[in-house]
Amino acid sequence: MDGLDRFLNTFFNGAIFARYLPDMLAGVWVTIWLAAAVIALGLTLGLLLACLRSYGNRVVNLCIIVFADLGRALPPLVLILIMYFGLPGLGVRLSGPLVLILVLGFVLAAFAEEIFWAGLTSVARGQWEAGRATGLGFTQTLIHVALPQAIRLAIPPLVNRVLAISKMTALGSVIGVSEILAVASTAQSFTGSAAPLTMGAIAYVIVFLPLVILTRILEHRYAWKV
Amino acid sequence: MTRPMLELVGLNKRFGDLTVLHDIHLRVGQGELVFVIGPSGSGKSTMLRCCNRLEEPTSGSVLIDGADITACSPRALNKMRLNLGMVFQGFHLYPHMDAVGNVMLAQVKALGRSKDEARARALEMLDRVGLRHKSDAMPSALSGGQQQRVAIARALALDPKVMLFDEPTSALDPELVGSVLAVMKDLRTSGMTMLVVSHEMGFAREAADRVIFMDGGVIVEEGQPEAIFTNPQAERTRAFLSRVRG
Ligand SMILES: Nc1ncnc2c1ncn2[C@@H]1O[C@H](COP(=O)(O)OP(=O)(O)O)[C@@H](O)[C@H]1O
Ligand SMILES: [Mg+2]
Repeated sequence: MDGLDRFLNTFFNGAIFARYLPDMLAGVWVTIWLAAAVIALGLTLGLLLACLRSYGNRVVNLCIIVFADLGRALPPLVLILIMYFGLPGLGVRLSGPLVLILVLGFVLAAFAEEIFWAGLTSVARGQWEAGRATGLGFTQTLIHVALPQAIRLAIPPLVNRVLAISKMTALGSVIGVSEILAVASTAQSFTGSAAPLTMGAIAYVIVFLPLVILTRILEHRYAWKV
Repeated sequence: MTRPMLELVGLNKRFGDLTVLHDIHLRVGQGELVFVIGPSGSGKSTMLRCCNRLEEPTSGSVLIDGADITACSPRALNKMRLNLGMVFQGFHLYPHMDAVGNVMLAQVKALGRSKDEARARALEMLDRVGLRHKSDAMPSALSGGQQQRVAIARALALDPKVMLFDEPTSALDPELVGSVLAVMKDLRTSGMTMLVVSHEMGFAREAADRVIFMDGGVIVEEGQPEAIFTNPQAERTRAFLSRVRG
């Protein structure tokens, strides 16, 4: 066998591709809905926390800051292992997908809160004054004046963070969630071939490349039309 | 004097140890235009900002058409502020909304008008400041003078009883000042009650009923524009006027 054949047989074995295609499609689907759940939870919670922080209650803000700092400091894998293998010791047993969604959702929320908050603090004071002077309440000014501007500022850093954390759904493979990587590595150990891993890589590209392209479009659209 | 629409009674404002306003008494009658001059740092902006409580007065009260804005709940304050239109030196248009959106927002959210009503009113106000054709322009696409006129329309759309202007033309290129002053003159003619901080002495001579000279947080002198400009009584007023005239 010459080198090229060997390469193709190792990474692109057609028979193995065909055999594991159904499993891989199921894995793709799992990855997609896990990522969607993580993004929805993370962005919503992050936005709510940043808004809550703008009310300036000391105790509340301290809690938010602790949450955001811990969420950003701890490696997600550590949290995943603690929740999946540690909590059952306390009688709390959560499913693998739920652990993954909670941990990654909270981690994304921690980053998103900081990003939204940075956006909020860079909205000029005059914007708030214009809102309040026209009779809008604090919350109305927050929602209709400050947030839209903060969100625009937040979008470029946010989309990168969303992508990075969505890809971490691959960590599900260590707690038995059958997403793309778990399917690929199971197949790899059955067949002894690297081809399933190639399949997994291709699947990730198919899932996340559109997202990368979408973020480019979003970044472009939300760039300041000053 | 006509019925007082805006009345400052014994207004004091301190920032820590710094007394910025000291026992200010001022009445602006209905339809009157009171023009405020004074050196930088004399407390002019703070006085205007105390009127709608963007700055919280340390003591004293502010009456708007007889109602005390300094003694009301936060919810009532939002309603009271509708009576006071404020125009800032820096315009502060909302950059994410077009001109008509800027003028509509508080009408809908604070005044409770329907979107259709608010839009109709916004277009009417933009027309009044000569910018109806710019109604769907974003602020970034407008000149400073146009932005300031939209900001005036935004305030007018709420049917305020009093308009406060804090150096409305100071951030403008000289050739754009006239368009804003023309709108202000038109307002004055239509009977709006106005308190204007500005350095446009020519405008004061033409349009002001009274001129007030402030320095160091007190009202040093007030009178008819001609009297203040040609024959100021206080030494500080004379010094200031000769400085600004160069
Ligand atoms: N938020 C603030 N905190 C502390 N000092 C302030 C604040 N706002 C204004 N001042 C001070 O109050 C004084 C009057 O300011 P201002 O009302 O802006 O004067 P003017 O508008 O006449 O130039 C200045 O000495 C200024 O430094
Ligand atoms: Mg000032």
